[in-house]
Amino acid sequence: MTHTTVPQPRLYPGMNLGHTDPETHKAAEELVFGFWVFLMSDAVLFALLFAVYETMTGSTADGPIAAQLFHLKPTLIETLVLLTSSFTFGMASLIMKFKRHIRLLQIVLIVTLILGLTFLGFEIGDFAKLARQGAVPQTSGFLSAFYVLVSTHFLHVLSGCIWIVVMVIQLSVFGLDETVKTRLLRLGIFWHFLDIVWIFIFTFVYLLGIL
Amino acid sequence: MEADMSLGRELRDYATGMVLALILTGTAFGLTLWTQWPVRTRFIVICTCAILQLLVHFRYFLHIDLDKSHRDDLQLILFSSLIIALLVGGMLWVVFNENMRMM
Repeated sequence: MTHTTVPQPRLYPGMNLGHTDPETHKAAEELVFGFWVFLMSDAVLFALLFAVYETMTGSTADGPIAAQLFHLKPTLIETLVLLTSSFTFGMASLIMKFKRHIRLLQIVLIVTLILGLTFLGFEIGDFAKLARQGAVPQTSGFLSAFYVLVSTHFLHVLSGCIWIVVMVIQLSVFGLDETVKTRLLRLGIFWHFLDIVWIFIFTFVYLLGIL
Repeated sequence: MEADMSLGRELRDYATGMVLALILTGTAFGLTLWTQWPVRTRFIVICTCAILQLLVHFRYFLHIDLDKSHRDDLQLILFSSLIIALLVGGMLWVVFNENMRMM
């Protein structure tokens, strides 16, 4: 009997290519795990920024407090936009895995990009509104901590957007080869990770601040 | 054929995650906007929604479950959680303690 038992491929976070592309799956095991290590260290960074923010909520130095500054409507829009972009990135991963249709994949990635940029646009609007009310980082310890936390997330989403642009171009230039696929897998877990960080921002900063 | 079947399954997974995330987000925002429950109750429910949504995103978007072949990244998540718990817990404890002494 020539039948050999194929070892079960190891899974990694995010979209697993599995039997649709065993070679890239093998290559991705290590790469995605390594990127996951980075994301966990990034999670520690965000956790500490949250801790700083929590300790600073009372330090308003006679400036405005959270409940006077934050509004639910833009936060809700930002949340829904980012959540939808996470979903469309999932769709892009599925197209990459099952359809391998480069044009369609690029379109879905660009939809994700537009949603990401919309999110950033609303955040810039938020920041500008706060600045008009005199709530700038140097107003109080509370606002310094707020801006550090939220703009760190903002910069992450911005890098994610730039990364999407790079991948759309690479898809045109290189097609769907192993390198491009593993890069898209890593971009995927990065994007989903940012949405998870946002859950905690809208909960602990905005919702509990307004409460 | 087999590929199409698992496409359907994975598509359903993403849709499930999206619906659950929408419900949890909606609950958290709705509670803040429309209810007059005591602040403490709302605080607990909103935090619970956030934790649940974290798990939903892990399960349905990042595809991390308790499967055996996930052992490495599960261990890494647990280790990172431990580090986060120590750093955040320790920091909150020390800083709030100092705050109290400054009163």
